[in-house]
Amino acid sequence: MNFVRTVWLVTRKDLLIEARSKEILFTTLFFAISCVLVFAFGFVREGRALEDAAAAILWIAIAFSGTLALGRAFERERQSETLRALMIAPMPRPALYLGKLLGVVLLLAAVEVVIVPLVSLMFEAPLFEHGWLTLGLLATGTIGFAAVGTLFAAMLVRARSRDVLLPVLLYPITIPVIIAGVRGTAALLQADVDVSMARLWLSMLVFFDAVFVTLALWTFEPVMTE
Amino acid sequence: MLDFTSLTLTDVTRNFGRRRALHRVSLRAAAGEIIALLGPNGAGKSTLLSIVATLLVPTSGTVRYGDHDAAHAGAPLRARLGLLGHDLYIYPELSPAENLRFFAKVYGLDGVERRISAALEHAGLSHRRDDPVSGFSRGMRQRLALERALLHAPRLVLLDEPFTGLDDTATHALRQRLAMLRETGSIVLVTTHDVETIEGVIDRAVMLHNGALAELPAGTGSLRDRYRAVIARGAESSAR
Repeated sequence: MNFVRTVWLVTRKDLLIEARSKEILFTTLFFAISCVLVFAFGFVREGRALEDAAAAILWIAIAFSGTLALGRAFERERQSETLRALMIAPMPRPALYLGKLLGVVLLLAAVEVVIVPLVSLMFEAPLFEHGWLTLGLLATGTIGFAAVGTLFAAMLVRARSRDVLLPVLLYPITIPVIIAGVRGTAALLQADVDVSMARLWLSMLVFFDAVFVTLALWTFEPVMTE
Repeated sequence: MLDFTSLTLTDVTRNFGRRRALHRVSLRAAAGEIIALLGPNGAGKSTLLSIVATLLVPTSGTVRYGDHDAAHAGAPLRARLGLLGHDLYIYPELSPAENLRFFAKVYGLDGVERRISAALEHAGLSHRRDDPVSGFSRGMRQRLALERALLHAPRLVLLDEPFTGLDDTATHALRQRLAMLRETGSIVLVTTHDVETIEGVIDRAVMLHNGALAELPAGTGSLRDRYRAVIARGAESSAR
C-alpha cells in the first residue's frame, strides 16, 4: 500500500475526530493562552518585557501545550484499543507513526496561529518582522518536539502512570530543540537583530529534526511490538 | 497475495515478567474449521489470541501460518488476519460508515462503498450509517466491530467474546455468520464464556487452564457439562 497515502489516511482520521470533538484543540489552546497571559503579568513592567522573555515564553507555551496534545492523541487510541486494530492492519508501521506525528504537528500549528500574535502583542515582540525565519524556527522546532513526543506517547500508551512519565521522559530529550528554538527566536527579537545567528539555530533545528525523525521511524516498530 | 490453509502453534510459551501466561501451548487448525477456546478468566485466552494476531511475540515456541511465520511475512500476513477484540477497536466519534471506510482504505480494499453497504446490511445498521458510534448500544457496537474485523475477508478470524451484548436476533445472526465463515474456508478461533451459544456451531473446543491447553474430551454430555467437569478436575488436582 502506498506509504504516503497511509500517512494521510491516519492524519485525516485524527483530524476528522478532532473536528468532531474539538477536545485537544480547545484544551491545548486554553492552556497555551493561560500560560502566555500569566507570564505576561509577571514579566512585563510598564509596557516593557524582560530581555528574551518573549522567546522563552513562546516556546514554554508550545512545549507545555504540546505535551497535553501528545498525551490526548494516544489516549484516544487506547480507549477503544484502536491502536491494536492499527497495529494488526497491513500498513507499514512507520506510516502509522508519521500519520500520528503529522496530526499532532497540525494541531500545534493551529495553536501557534493564536499564541504567536498573542506573545507579539503582550510582549511587544516583533515576531513578524522576519516572518519567514520565525516560521522556519516554529515549524522545525514543533516537528522536532512532536517527533520525540509522538514516539514516547505511543510507547507509554499502556503504562499506568503515562501522564506523569511523558513529560519526565520528553523534556530532557527535547531540551536541545527547545534551547535552539528559544535562542533562534531571541536572536530575531533583540534590539540588534542577528539574522545569521537565527539561521544557525534554524539549521541546528533541521539537524535535530532529521536525527529525531530517523531514530523514531527506526525504533517505532520494535517498541510497539510487545 | 499471501495465503495459507492452516495455523500451527508449537510449544508456545509467554511470560510477563515472572508470571507465566501460556505454557507450551500447541494447536493445529485447518481452513474451514471453527475452534472454541474456552477457559476461566485469566486463563490466557486473550494472550493466545494476541500472539496469533501477531500483536505479541511468544517467549518461546513458534506460530506458523501455513508455510509462513509472523516475523518474516509481516504486512501481507497481517492483511489475512481479522481480529475482534473485547474492546471493539472502533472510533466512537466516527459514524459506522466512516469507521468502515477508514479501515477499508487502510487495508487497500477495492469497491469500498459496496463493501461498506454490505457490512452495514449484515450488522443491521444501514439506517444508522451516518450517526456517531458513541450513541450506539453495546450490541450495536459489537455488530459493527465484527463487520470491521471481517471487512477484508480474512483467512484467519480471531474473535474474543463475540457474543457480548448481543440480543437473541443478533446472536442467531452471528451463529449464521460463523457457519458462513466455515463454508468460505476461514480458520476461526473464538473465545467465549457463552458455551451454550456456540454449541453446534463449532467443530471442536479446546480449553486453557492456568496457561496450559487441553482438548475438551468428546462425550455424550453437553459442552457446558464437559467444560465444568474439566474445570472441577483441575480444581481438585490443584487442591491436592
